[in-house]
Amino acid sequence: MASTPTREVARRVFAREFNDASFTFKESDDERAPVYLLLPTGQRANRVFVVGTLTETEDVGEDSEYWQGRIVDPNGDTFFTYAGQYQPDAASALRELDPPAYVSVVGKPRTFETDDGEVNVSVRPESITEVTEAERDRWVVETAEQTLDRVRAFDSETPEASHEGGDAVGVDEYVEMAREQYGGSVDAYKQAAIEALESLDGERETEPEAGV
Amino acid sequence: MSETDLRTHASEIHEQFADHLDVTVEEVAERLDTLVNEYKVPISEARRSVTNTYLDEAGMDREEISQGGGNERVEVADIDAPEQWVDLTAKVVDLWDATSDAVAQVGLLGDETGTVKFTKWSKSDLPSLEEGAVYDLRNVVTDEYQGRFSVKLNRTTVIEELDEEIEVGDDAVEVEGALVDIQSGSGLIKRCPEEDCTRVLQNGRCSEHGEVEGEFDLRIKGVLDDGADVHEVIFDEEATEALTGITLEQAKEMAMDALDTTVVADEMREKTLGRYYRVVGPTLGRYVLANQTEQLAGGVDPEAALIKARSI
Repeated sequence: MASTPTREVARRVFAREFNDASFTFKESDDERAPVYLLLPTGQRANRVFVVGTLTETEDVGEDSEYWQGRIVDPNGDTFFTYAGQYQPDAASALRELDPPAYVSVVGKPRTFETDDGEVNVSVRPESITEVTEAERDRWVVETAEQTLDRVRAFDSETPEASHEGGDAVGVDEYVEMAREQYGGSVDAYKQAAIEALESLDGERETEPEAGV
Repeated sequence: MSETDLRTHASEIHEQFADHLDVTVEEVAERLDTLVNEYKVPISEARRSVTNTYLDEAGMDREEISQGGGNERVEVADIDAPEQWVDLTAKVVDLWDATSDAVAQVGLLGDETGTVKFTKWSKSDLPSLEEGAVYDLRNVVTDEYQGRFSVKLNRTTVIEELDEEIEVGDDAVEVEGALVDIQSGSGLIKRCPEEDCTRVLQNGRCSEHGEVEGEFDLRIKGVLDDGADVHEVIFDEEATEALTGITLEQAKEMAMDALDTTVVADEMREKTLGRYYRVVGPTLGRYVLANQTEQLAGGVDPEAALIKARSI
């Protein structure tokens, strides 16, 4: 439909799943083709949208400013974000924000391999803004729902199930790819979604009950 | 229905027949009152009934009356009730084959806000409309069939062809999501002041008219993202003010203080990025034009998601 390059969707993912991802790929050989991070539940992510609690900011740069932000989701898992001279707005947001604060981050997944072969995942921010608890809560519910949708799709596409159906239609290529790269279980991410929802539910239940 | 509302309806009906019948506003109001308050008939039906009574008395056709000279000028998306006499400026988007001899022309009219079906009766004896042309249409009547609205051109309709172009919008859509980006060209902008040219200036230059003294305007080109789809949304001055609380005047002051217009967009980003919105409006190309914007800040329901989660 659109002749202009289509903008990449910002995926919703909890830190537990995001940090378990390590495999990146391109869909074409074009140098400028978008790079995708493969999420363990079988979704490609070129961009993410995260809302959580900024717990700590630190300038970890040597020659020039390079800001690290730790953003914690309701499960207590941490997204790491880094902003330097090429992300001036995000860098100044991290410089000026006073943790703890609810923040939203739009950004690109970045991976780097440590000396001992571990792959670390972080978010290179396009923007960081302070938000309120209302946005955080909405994000948690939305992220849980979308994570659970992915888990459901992943589980319904077991190799056996598709053989039973006769035609091997609808086996999602990214689910297939995730099985190959990360193995077969996505239970931990379902648990993360449930725990995150329970934490919201708990907060609500501890509020004084009005008019009951 | 209150006395005053009833009187307003009565005087509107009275106005249509004042030249043809010896009838007072009081008499009209009395008839309406009987139908509405005694027989509990909806006001639209009561109006119809009373109007028909007077049409009979005057020996007139429904087409011969209108609400005086003061029709409401509407945009296509505003048409939301049948039997309204309205004026509109629209482009003939499409002409269809008339399926009946009674119909001279049938097709689709459109303006920036959307499209609407039109019918032109053979007996109305009106000039022919041409596809692609823009017309000012005065005295057309709205109609409804199964929830879809249309307009009917009648004997009293005045058709005037205009020498202008209209970019026809699709019908309104509703999109929601987090505002994840405010694109360049947003905030306090300058537009070309040349007639019918509203191009946004780049460094004081219009791509058509060169260097001009621009006129300030507010605009946001934003991106709403729900995790599955992205929607590009344009907020005009009014919508931008509603979204950010920043008026054009305030924006000019901010820019003047800072000697820099970009502070306006920066402030807007700070106030809106990462928040969730629902936007309703017509689409234009790949954009949604924000007619109504609502921030989604209300309570969320983890319970429903939790029940679903535990079932898998």
